[in-house]
Amino acid sequence: MVVFEKPHALCDVPLHYCPGCTHGIVHRLVAEAIDELGIEGTAIGVAPVGCAVMAYDYFNCDMVEAAHGRAPAVATGIKRALPENIVFTYQGDGDLASIGMAETVHAATRNENITIIFINNAIYGMTGGQMAPTSLPGQVTQTSPYGRDVTTAGFPIKVSELLAALDGPSYIQRVAVNNVKNVKQAKKAIKKAFENQVQGKGFSLIEVVSSCPTNWGMTPQQALDWVEEKMIPYYPLGVYKDKTSEEGEK
Amino acid sequence: MSEKVLMKGNEAIAEAAIRAGCRHYFGYPITPQTELAAYMAKRMPKIGGCFLQAESEIAAINMVYGVSSTGKRVMTSSSSPGVSLKQEGISYIAGADLPALIVNVQRGGPGLGGIQPSQSDYFQATKGGGHGDYHLIVLAPASVQEMADLTAKCFELADKYRMPSMLLADGTMGQMMEPVLLPEESDVTVEKPWALTGTKMQREHNIVNSLYLKPEELEKTNFDRYERYKQVEENEVMYEEFMMDDAEVCVVAFGIAARVSKNAVVEARKQGIKAGLLRPITLWPFPTQAVKKAAEHCKAFVSVELSMGQMIEDIKLASDCQRPVVLCNRAGGMIPSPEQVLESVKNVAGGKA
Amino acid sequence: MPKVSFKEDLCKGCGLCVNACPKQIIELKKDVINKKGHSPAGITDQSKCIACAFCATMCPDCVITVEK
Repeated sequence: MVVFEKPHALCDVPLHYCPGCTHGIVHRLVAEAIDELGIEGTAIGVAPVGCAVMAYDYFNCDMVEAAHGRAPAVATGIKRALPENIVFTYQGDGDLASIGMAETVHAATRNENITIIFINNAIYGMTGGQMAPTSLPGQVTQTSPYGRDVTTAGFPIKVSELLAALDGPSYIQRVAVNNVKNVKQAKKAIKKAFENQVQGKGFSLIEVVSSCPTNWGMTPQQALDWVEEKMIPYYPLGVYKDKTSEEGEK
Repeated sequence: MSEKVLMKGNEAIAEAAIRAGCRHYFGYPITPQTELAAYMAKRMPKIGGCFLQAESEIAAINMVYGVSSTGKRVMTSSSSPGVSLKQEGISYIAGADLPALIVNVQRGGPGLGGIQPSQSDYFQATKGGGHGDYHLIVLAPASVQEMADLTAKCFELADKYRMPSMLLADGTMGQMMEPVLLPEESDVTVEKPWALTGTKMQREHNIVNSLYLKPEELEKTNFDRYERYKQVEENEVMYEEFMMDDAEVCVVAFGIAARVSKNAVVEARKQGIKAGLLRPITLWPFPTQAVKKAAEHCKAFVSVELSMGQMIEDIKLASDCQRPVVLCNRAGGMIPSPEQVLESVKNVAGGKA
Repeated sequence: MPKVSFKEDLCKGCGLCVNACPKQIIELKKDVINKKGHSPAGITDQSKCIACAFCATMCPDCVITVEK
């Protein structure tokens, strides 16, 4: 009996990501959720600009490539045109929390019935390691070579906390993919985010604390350890908003 | 049955769009196109359509991109500064070969400019506007009737050629009230096998995209697209000629400037000057052949524009600079008077070109 | 009988499966270079595998299939 294999919703092509990049793990979790919910035939994905720009080649469902940061607006258009289809975006931190912040906040506040998978790895990967809106204080990047100085570059944006403050969105959870236990938790969260949409419950966003070994200058395992030691303390995991459960909001 | 009604230009666009089968509208408030959005806000919920006031013009055009990728007719409208913000999305729409309608009810610029009518977005509309090699089909109405008719035409051409189209009006046209015979409800369905509808597990996944990392592939998409543009140039040019048969002075003007110019041409004829009017209805594709033909018997052209002179360059190109082309213009929200146009016509007729 | 198989050509040698394995029976094959130019992961002692799929859970490239 097969206990683990590539999900069908993930295309049978090699991913272009660097060795040890957790994008691959999250892609798989999204595809597993799509498989398990039986929604591949109705799903339409929106790819971002950033490392995941070629996500349209990786998911077996219909896909569209959005301009940088605009995925929630594009997803809004698709969902308004095809309310019976399952529409999701897959975005990084520069895309979602910097250039696309307005689109993110407004899709959330409209409680647009879409699913957003948000990869927070505290850096711009595709362009070679620049400071992201979520880079940690003191974090050295190509554009914060002396470490992120919060007096000039400001503080990291905590997207889940920020969106949870709005009345609109239905479900906001932050997870991580740095170890087996957290990956399993992330899988549950991502599946719930899709389920919410299937049930018409509105806007769900899952923030996935991830790694970027290449641009962090670490081995893949060191990067996962850094997630545990530095990222998670700054970005605590948990459910930040849940209008879908009977208990109501946290 | 269609009926003649008195409507504002902006409202005529909205109603014509609905009758053309458009059920999705995304906008952001800006003067002087506000009535269009307000009309959509009132009508769309009643007919099962979608009106959404977006958080910005940028978001609005990307919502348009999303709907268009599903194959449904969709539009947005704005005025000059807002249309500048939409350029990124328009470039992506063109790059992904999607049909969509963008309405620009122009106002004076640059910058925040003013709120009075202008035609100073001609370059932006006809030369691409955003980054990369592309065109929009650009139609320029000169009456409320044409606001309605050309809106329907914009949707038809956008679908036919899989490219964005623009209705380029101005504040006067938008605010003007005239009787209009509204077009019939369209029940045209266009096959769009490329559209995102969900695979239903019955076909390969469709991808709507403008990214090509291999330059050979990107080059090919550009060449293929320009082959299609050539078809548009061959088949879709529209213009109106008024007293052009024996004209010695050719006035070229579109939109509100053409209405003013028509009066000037009539007056010039009364004074014994053989003037005529060439009014481009498609600004892209530009009526190049009509200008060439005029150059055979006219001794000069007068380009009448509500700008510092933009269309004048296309007249010079189209006529291979065989004849003098003079500019008769106002800018910043001002409109040339028939007397000003007449003065220009008289000057060139008298050899002062 | 638990069985783990690796699509070696897809492996980028990141080693996340090596660290995830509770039985410590996965290692990178230092003497092998795959199509991508990486030393791929492989199993050293199939008989000790408990089919927990931790390796596959952490693999970013869907290299691993687990059966039991």
